[in-house]
Amino acid sequence: MSGKVAISLTVNGETIEALVAPRTTLADFLRQDIQLTGTHTGCEMGVCGACLVLLDDRPVHACLMFAVQADGCAVETIEGLTHRRAIDDLQKVFHERNALQCGFCTPGMLVSAYGILASGGEPDRDGIRDALSGNYCRCTGYEAIVDAIEMTARQRRQHREEEA
Amino acid sequence: MNAFAGSIDRPNSYIGRSVSRPNAKRLLEGRGRYVTDLVLPRMLHAAFVRSPYAHGRLVSIDIEEAKALSGVRAVFTGEDLASICAPWTGTLEHFNNMKSPPQVPLPLEKVMWSGQPVVLIVADSRAIAEDAAELVIVDIEELPALADPVEAMSAEAMSQELADNICFATKLDSGGVEEAFDAADTTVGQSFIFGRHTAVTLEPRAIVADYDPSENRLTAHHATQTPYQFQDVYSRHYGIPEANVRVIAPDIGGSFGMKLHVYHEEMAVVGASILLGRPIKYVADRMESFVSDIHARDHRVTGRLALDRDGRITAMDVDDVTAIGAFSSYPRTSAVEGNQVIRLMGAPYDFSSYRANLSVVFQNKVQTSQYRAVGHPIACAVTECLVDAAARELGLDPFEIRERNLIPDNSYPRTSPTGYQFEKLSHQVCLARLKSIMNYDDLLAEQADLRVKGVLRGIGIALFVEITNPSPAFYGVGGARISAQDGAILKLTPSGEVHCSISVTEQGQGTETIIGQIVADQLGIDREKVRVMTGDTDTTPHGGATWACRGAGIGGETALQAARKLKANLLAVAGLILQAQPGELDIRADWIVEAVTGQQRISLAEVARIAFFRSDTLPPETQAQLSVVHHYAPQGYPFAFTNGAQGCLVEVDAETGFVKILKHWVVEDCGRIINPLLVDEQVRGGVVQGLGAAFFEECLYNEDGQLTNGSLADYLVPMACEMPDIEISHVETPTRDTELGAKGCGEAGTAAASAAAMNAVNDALVGHGAVLTQIPMTPTRILRALGTI
Amino acid sequence: MKARAFDYMRPKCVQEALEAFASADGDASYIAGGQSLVPALALRLQAPGLLIDIARLDELRGLSIVDGHLRIGATTRHCEILGSNLVREHAPLLAKAAPFVAHPAIRNKGTFGGSLALADPASEFPAMALALDAIIEIASVEGSRRVGAGDFFIDLYETALQPGEIITAVHVPVATVKTRTAFDELARRRGDYAIVGAGIDAQMQGGFVERMRIAFLSVGPTPVRVSAVEAALTGRQLTPEAIRQAQDVLGTELDPAGDEHTPPKMRRHLARVLLGRLLGRLEANV
Repeated sequence: MSGKVAISLTVNGETIEALVAPRTTLADFLRQDIQLTGTHTGCEMGVCGACLVLLDDRPVHACLMFAVQADGCAVETIEGLTHRRAIDDLQKVFHERNALQCGFCTPGMLVSAYGILASGGEPDRDGIRDALSGNYCRCTGYEAIVDAIEMTARQRRQHREEEA
Repeated sequence: MNAFAGSIDRPNSYIGRSVSRPNAKRLLEGRGRYVTDLVLPRMLHAAFVRSPYAHGRLVSIDIEEAKALSGVRAVFTGEDLASICAPWTGTLEHFNNMKSPPQVPLPLEKVMWSGQPVVLIVADSRAIAEDAAELVIVDIEELPALADPVEAMSAEAMSQELADNICFATKLDSGGVEEAFDAADTTVGQSFIFGRHTAVTLEPRAIVADYDPSENRLTAHHATQTPYQFQDVYSRHYGIPEANVRVIAPDIGGSFGMKLHVYHEEMAVVGASILLGRPIKYVADRMESFVSDIHARDHRVTGRLALDRDGRITAMDVDDVTAIGAFSSYPRTSAVEGNQVIRLMGAPYDFSSYRANLSVVFQNKVQTSQYRAVGHPIACAVTECLVDAAARELGLDPFEIRERNLIPDNSYPRTSPTGYQFEKLSHQVCLARLKSIMNYDDLLAEQADLRVKGVLRGIGIALFVEITNPSPAFYGVGGARISAQDGAILKLTPSGEVHCSISVTEQGQGTETIIGQIVADQLGIDREKVRVMTGDTDTTPHGGATWACRGAGIGGETALQAARKLKANLLAVAGLILQAQPGELDIRADWIVEAVTGQQRISLAEVARIAFFRSDTLPPETQAQLSVVHHYAPQGYPFAFTNGAQGCLVEVDAETGFVKILKHWVVEDCGRIINPLLVDEQVRGGVVQGLGAAFFEECLYNEDGQLTNGSLADYLVPMACEMPDIEISHVETPTRDTELGAKGCGEAGTAAASAAAMNAVNDALVGHGAVLTQIPMTPTRILRALGTI
Repeated sequence: MKARAFDYMRPKCVQEALEAFASADGDASYIAGGQSLVPALALRLQAPGLLIDIARLDELRGLSIVDGHLRIGATTRHCEILGSNLVREHAPLLAKAAPFVAHPAIRNKGTFGGSLALADPASEFPAMALALDAIIEIASVEGSRRVGAGDFFIDLYETALQPGEIITAVHVPVATVKTRTAFDELARRRGDYAIVGAGIDAQMQGGFVERMRIAFLSVGPTPVRVSAVEAALTGRQLTPEAIRQAQDVLGTELDPAGDEHTPPKMRRHLARVLLGRLLGRLEANV
């Protein structure tokens, strides 16, 4: 039982071919097998949101699926989002607003924020708080994070208006 | 001294400025380096078999099947580690007659709480170690568990080393309490229960212990606030020379006091690395965290206030019973919280008769110990709820009764009836400021309007005093090898930049940033040119590190004095190069300038180049001192007390017992503010931990001593939706004990948030016959108080 | 928290999945979204020898209108329910309940069929399937069968599904012009399992209740229909008096258990409050 399984997926745009034990979660695969340690694990049961990654462009918990289930899929992590500069603005505002302290929740927060802003809308503060309902942060008290996402949404709208 | 105010516009004036954290950028890009990320060659992974019982006698342990599993490299039980590790005992000498049983990494005879680690498995992967853990057969004869602290006080001792279950008991009595209560026009009394809660850092506890037998050298990559303390502990308990022990604390995913205690698992893993000569990694999973991280609070307090006819407090009388688990934690003990509870009671108020009883009791649960705002929330909630109860009794507004009773701002220095010495506090200014930023009168009007419509809004306020900048009076005098001083090394690079390594540590609060600000400010250079490093015992001087709000006040002063020392050295060299008197020179914007005119003479980079590479051009006998080491130990007051006031606005749904927190306000005075942005976010984070305690967080146990909600799905931490926006205002009363004038701010938010919330809920329920005196204030408890269920 | 070792396979069709399960000697588990199964595996509460991944089977996908019913393919994700105009129009109760299902990232992966198959009594969709009188389409090696939601939920985590059976789709009767719905729940924190929740699917005519189905979550080992309450309201207007009487009937009909946070009495009380509020909303048609 439990021989390794060959999988092929793209991670941050790169094709990865790997042999994985079926019981290896996507989170452990990313962190240990391909050293993408920006994805964090805080609870390993889908509650804290530290392990959020994009699976086919939607935020999911990397601890709530096995790497074998990601075969053929596109996975993007904080490293990939950073590298393709998809969240430059978010990262800049998070930095200036000090919307992080220890940084352990931050990659998951940014993946959630990416998801919130992907629709192109401009959610209000309650909407942002609601969308962050699965992201635990012990340090900040959340307000700075809400501020940063709200500000980024506003900037993006202004940017779109200027372009239009 | 304290000459910072008003100088904010000069070049490189960073003290008092909101600047972002240079070290946050890597965290934002997923480039943090946490212990959980670390992989070393030949590294093995640890998992533990834990006791399913809260109390029991070990009968037998069968590890054979586990050992035989492929990929398992070793299985250790109590004797294996006890034979190489000296036991530890969590007592402090200045707590008279304090006692606690000695502890070893893994138990030899008895298990004392449910979740206690019993067997250590070391394997090629964590998954295999967990597979093996399932194969270990531990036979335990279950013994009756002591879960209730009051019962434990009189029950037979659960530790054979001790005569009873009292860890520590003490009394304070200033005298005159009975007389004051006899003479009082009004007395109020309430009983309070403060639930157990725990830190729930997002990154769990983690260590990679790497022992190299060839050099008898231990390197511990350890997610801790206090690397120096652990260097000392590993050295003494495993008999390795201290200089051969290196503790590295890299990026830490939250700490809040929880990661500065000695845990059985970390000690076991260090021992296992010594026995195997290989690096071993242990990361607590979240289920393990709940049963093995320290818990905090768990106090039952009765309190009474006596007041005269003008609503002036004349006396306070309290009794605190706190349950700390099976052992007092090491090396800081589990008695500090209780001690601070009884000493912080009534702290903002001007009265002289005080009496307190403290009983610190063992029970069969995981140990409690210092977690953010140690004791403060309890002392604050008891005091502030009693003051509100008195106000209701006397028909006084909550602001009014406090205005009548505060220690006047112009009456310092003062000594509290509990023995604390206050240098200078600002309660009156803070209270007035709170009233103004809350728009209190408007809130009252709105509350009255809504009440007519059946909407129950509540407004609560609370004043607090916080302990920061502890001197050796905290631990050192009790015999603990925990430093109250800090050290810094400042080095000039040949390019004219500055490298600072310092003994205060970073867990995201911004320690490295403020140290960089102070060094740059004092040296007159761009802060981009200051590189700060922390958290490595091999490369930084020994110091206290970060706890009890000492980073800014003590670490900051260390950095300030070190920078002045280096500046003097740099000006001396520059003087030689320029043939000028050092006293006539200054450094501004990375240049040596004429102090009076500001005229640029030579760049710092050029001074560095000459000093490092062309010392032949300097006068004979010159030895340019381009690095300095400096230590600073706090002197003067034993602690730098801070103060502030908080307000909370809630809406209670009296049908469901659900509470919506609408808004929270904080006015706080942490002395000199180095970086307002960082202070504000510390305060906000602290408030939310206090609101978590007030409404959500509680470690629930059944009568068998089993934690029944020990998962992140069942233990309710505060999340974004339920938390309010928090408005913050500052008053600055610098301490005169230091040049910098900074005190701490990290615990201020937590100190009074739950008290303000409790007063707000009780204010909402006025007229409904309900008073909440237990936290967390759950919907069930609120409806019970209302008599609905 | 690492799962025990297991084998994994991803069949190409439902038939292959069913056969794989049949040959696994009972030591297998299907996985679709896995949002509840994976934590159970990580905690070693479950440890099947074989995981059969049915998340990508085309036969199990899609939302469509078939024979006056909204057909919800079993692997339709919660986020698809939430974002679907079809659902909003034809099964408004599901659309109202969907935002309360866990958190956004869970909704991106968790499936409708998986939620019903797990039958967590605290979950929103099983209870709403009951309130909507949904029909559950089930495949087995013997063929296909249909079970009404009323007969599907048997006990705690126990359903009419036999070992090896797969939910292929759920059919929900489409809403009519008379349809009125309401959903709400009381959870300590947004996205938590609710202390109590309820959904109502009613047919109203001229302010009178023609037919009403009410299902509660978190009040028993299964989702709970309160037929006595429904009967008490049928044919009536939702006057304050009628609502109060319905609440009284509810008090006799529900027998919720407690947990470490909530005693039974509390849960019963909150159910009563919630019922009153939901009926009030139906009356106000908001």
